[in-house]
Amino acid sequence: MCLVPADSSLVLELGGSIGPVNVEFETYGSLSPCRDNAVLIAHALSGDAHVAGWDRHAAQTGRTWRERKPGWWDAIVGPGKAIDTNRLFVICPNVLGGCSGTTGPSSTDPLTGRPYGLRFPMVTVGDWVNLHMRLVDALGIERLQAVVGGSLGGQQALEMALAHPDRVERSVVLAASARLSVQGLAFNAVGRYCILHDPSFANGDYYDDKGPGAGLAAARMLAHITYLSDEGMHEKFGRRLQDGANGRQAGFGIEFAVESYLDYQGRAFVERFDANSYLYITRAMDYYDAAAAWGGGSLTEACRRICAKMLVVSFDSDWLYPPDVCKELALALTQANRPVTYANVPSHYGHDSFLVETEKVGRLLRGFLAR
Amino acid sequence: MTQRPPPRIDPYLVTDRSVERLPQGLFEQRAGELSKLLATRAPAPDRPPNSTRWQDEIIAREIPKGARVLDLGCGDGALLERLMRDLGVQAQGLEIDPEAVFSCVERGVPVMQTDLDEGLRRFPDQAFDVVVLEETLQTLANPREMLAEMLRVGRRGIVSFPNFAHWRVLVDLVASGRMPVTQWLPYQWYETSNIHPFTLQDLLDWSRDSGVRVVSGYAYENGAVRTLSADDNLHAEEVLIVVEK
Repeated sequence: MCLVPADSSLVLELGGSIGPVNVEFETYGSLSPCRDNAVLIAHALSGDAHVAGWDRHAAQTGRTWRERKPGWWDAIVGPGKAIDTNRLFVICPNVLGGCSGTTGPSSTDPLTGRPYGLRFPMVTVGDWVNLHMRLVDALGIERLQAVVGGSLGGQQALEMALAHPDRVERSVVLAASARLSVQGLAFNAVGRYCILHDPSFANGDYYDDKGPGAGLAAARMLAHITYLSDEGMHEKFGRRLQDGANGRQAGFGIEFAVESYLDYQGRAFVERFDANSYLYITRAMDYYDAAAAWGGGSLTEACRRICAKMLVVSFDSDWLYPPDVCKELALALTQANRPVTYANVPSHYGHDSFLVETEKVGRLLRGFLAR
Repeated sequence: MTQRPPPRIDPYLVTDRSVERLPQGLFEQRAGELSKLLATRAPAPDRPPNSTRWQDEIIAREIPKGARVLDLGCGDGALLERLMRDLGVQAQGLEIDPEAVFSCVERGVPVMQTDLDEGLRRFPDQAFDVVVLEETLQTLANPREMLAEMLRVGRRGIVSFPNFAHWRVLVDLVASGRMPVTQWLPYQWYETSNIHPFTLQDLLDWSRDSGVRVVSGYAYENGAVRTLSADDNLHAEEVLIVVEK
């Protein structure tokens, strides 16, 4: 859907503007006659608008990876599931700067007729929320029953509650906090370094060429390690060897199971993701700081804006958004005299738990969205 | 500096003054019950199920409509759910056990998963009308700090607890020479979460020393609840008191 037509533009938080802007989104279920059952789901760094079910147009649109698995939160979203589309109208938009249908660095710059590349303006979580609210407006919805997201999506759910306190009934922040930890900033920096220093990066103008595949794969492999936990990796792979490997081959090929897994994750990611989008989105993640944006540096002051019922969920083995940092958001809400629900879910799956622990996350979502 | 009273030492282990006030012949009269009690020491008797907690009835009566209520150690959220439904209170629970937290969420009760031993530092002063400590105080590492915090964040406190000076507890301790195991203190010494057992008199001493007023009090004895009376340090199995600074 074109939300910002060619003759206008979207003003951006860090300066500049962009137009036209297309937003790709999916919806599930149907909007009630009084338009009060809408739930917006915000995707994380590598997610997209395709949150549940099989994409019947995967082959036509060249998104062949969608032929291999259903949407990224299929276990949670659907008829009779925790986010029950028999009852709720689910909207999931793809973020500005991404590469899954919404305008991003790989889109054509109307000024040059060529892909934006690094001429794409810097975007923020705040810009995403603004744009998604335009989408909500366009769908004729005044008030969202809930905004739900994990990781970077959780930060959007928080930002939505801060920026539009009168339009959000509930906000669910999973495996996320009011800002990324220093360790998180460091991981993102290394990921971008891999892309920026890939010889095929060509300063972002690689769309006619093969592009920085190795850099993007390395970034993804590193990020993937931060999505798991040591305990979880031990359980899943241990020091197990790949078939035919003996673990002492005195070479640099793939010998351990974990190497094979990361190699697969890296290559599969390059097939579906744009390196420039990775740069822009991780930067938006770095910059997000709810306390600075809304509370003059105080998260408690920022939380005084919030009218939504808040659910904050951390996972005890998550070291990208560790429980302490997530709990800080819950405590700030408490300090601001806001009721809050905070759960620290026991899990071995690390940051990925919000996607993997579907039974536990489902129970929390079902309960929280029921009232 | 307040002078602490000297520790009470008695070679016969019957050290509480309340025992000196034991009515004539009561000890002998209850000897039959005592031997029965000792015979049934193990397995420990079941506590009444949560749905029949007598404290919940009293708390529901003590809390005004629409009050802001903080429940410290709210368990599965049954009490807060009831208060939200019947009295329209603005509830907040705190609970350490993840499974209990899930139950709260399923009941629609706002709950924060946290360890009460970390304190209530981030809660603003007088943010709640009532703070509830139901069967929780004796499980905390710093019960006295928690009592003070309770009356900092709340206007009123409601504290319920098993009374360690109930005659049955005393008799069990004295007669068996082992840590008491009763209906209200159903755990063996090595598995109990009641790390700071105390008596009604201890709590009354605390309220006097801290300038805290006991607004009302209730005793549970032999399956019945009544208002607290003078000799309840010995007779109350369970106590609930409402306090105000």
